[in-house]
Amino acid sequence: MTDIDTELRVSKIQNGTVIDHVTGGEALHVLAIIGIDGSGGEAVSLGMNVPSDRMGKKDIVKVEGRELSQSEVDVLSLIAPDATINIIREYEVTEKHRVERPEAVTGVLECPNANCITNAGEPVETQFAVLNDGVRCEYCDTIIREDLTEHIES
Amino acid sequence: MRHDHIITAKQLSREDIEAVLDLAAEFDRDLSGQADRHPGKLLALAFFEPSTRTKMSFETAIKRLGGDVIDMGPVEYSSVTKGETLADTVRVIEGYADAIALRHPMEGSATMASQFIDVPLLNGGDGAGQHPTQTLLDLYTIRENAGLDDLTIGIMGDLKYGRTVHSLSHALTNFDTRQHFISPESLKLPRNVRYDLHEAGAQVREHESLEAVLPELDVLYVTRIQRERFPDENEYQKVAGQFNIDLETLEDAADDLSIMHPLPRVDEIDPAIDDLENATYFDQAHNGVPVRMALLDMLL
Ligand SMILES: [Zn+2]
Repeated sequence: MTDIDTELRVSKIQNGTVIDHVTGGEALHVLAIIGIDGSGGEAVSLGMNVPSDRMGKKDIVKVEGRELSQSEVDVLSLIAPDATINIIREYEVTEKHRVERPEAVTGVLECPNANCITNAGEPVETQFAVLNDGVRCEYCDTIIREDLTEHIES
Repeated sequence: MRHDHIITAKQLSREDIEAVLDLAAEFDRDLSGQADRHPGKLLALAFFEPSTRTKMSFETAIKRLGGDVIDMGPVEYSSVTKGETLADTVRVIEGYADAIALRHPMEGSATMASQFIDVPLLNGGDGAGQHPTQTLLDLYTIRENAGLDDLTIGIMGDLKYGRTVHSLSHALTNFDTRQHFISPESLKLPRNVRYDLHEAGAQVREHESLEAVLPELDVLYVTRIQRERFPDENEYQKVAGQFNIDLETLEDAADDLSIMHPLPRVDEIDPAIDDLENATYFDQAHNGVPVRMALLDMLL
């Protein structure tokens, strides 16, 4: 079965985003990144650990009525480096992107250092530089290597 | 040197550092003869936590250059207690002063504040983060006593929270130096500092006691181990004495070992050491004035 077949098997959406080639088992983290917990009413379909020619196993996330922002895609790249993003309008794929590792992610992650100025109610967005194996706060230098998704701003 | 602000030691190249130290040396020869350099310029002292010495040395430096200070006074009487953001505070001060020296208890505060203003900002210490003006006066002192190349330095004490250590160790990677870090296991260098030192290709070794490395050292930089950093008083008592030095400790040291300390000290250095030629910590403190004069002269 090809990737295309697998994608078709999960129900089609009219308008929204299909995030394909997510690292197997990371789909729930992807939803966390884009801030979807079900309470917003979006229709979401998930395929987890489905067979993939390219990846062995992969996850697919389809979100009805929602297009991802660049900063969301940026953070996504940190946990799902092989993901492809398909923007769907009227059942057609109108844009298709591979995620790329950004140099920095802005306004998406919270700094785990309680004494960091970004946690002090100042009018600034967090900014993290992307390292080979983690991210680093541009304000206080704190490095996060593990469990990035736990630091996503709520 | 082309910088708008002095935020971190990491922004300073070898050329920048040498330019500051050279100018500081020039001022040092005639501290009271520089009053025609910046007459009428105002430096704002925005100190959000107490620091007598850093504050006084900034004040002395600008006055020696012919300028003056404005001071927001103790934090408890300022608008900060009414909940004003730091971003707002510095934007207001920018309207009064030609430069701002900022001391703030939170890491990253200087970086953030500098993004809101156009006048030069000098980071006078941001939490456990950076203290670049201290680093420059440390480097000035090291250069005078031991030179900055082919240097073996031991840095001992609280390496985890000691911001002067973080700034200094990074700045030293611009020179031909071997750095030995000596601390209790629980106060070792933090991950982000190791990362930077690694990236900079530094020659670094870590130790839990001074003995083995002491004879090799040209400089021993001692910092204070703060009791309150330890969750358990017993843990503190176990390590505290091991990282203090006295005349006996120094028996195996090189004759020209230079002993430094950013001050204030408590009991890390026995007062009997003060009279030695090698004790440079009071000179080190005095060097804050010419070094801060040089920085202000370059930024104003
Ligand atoms: Zn931070």
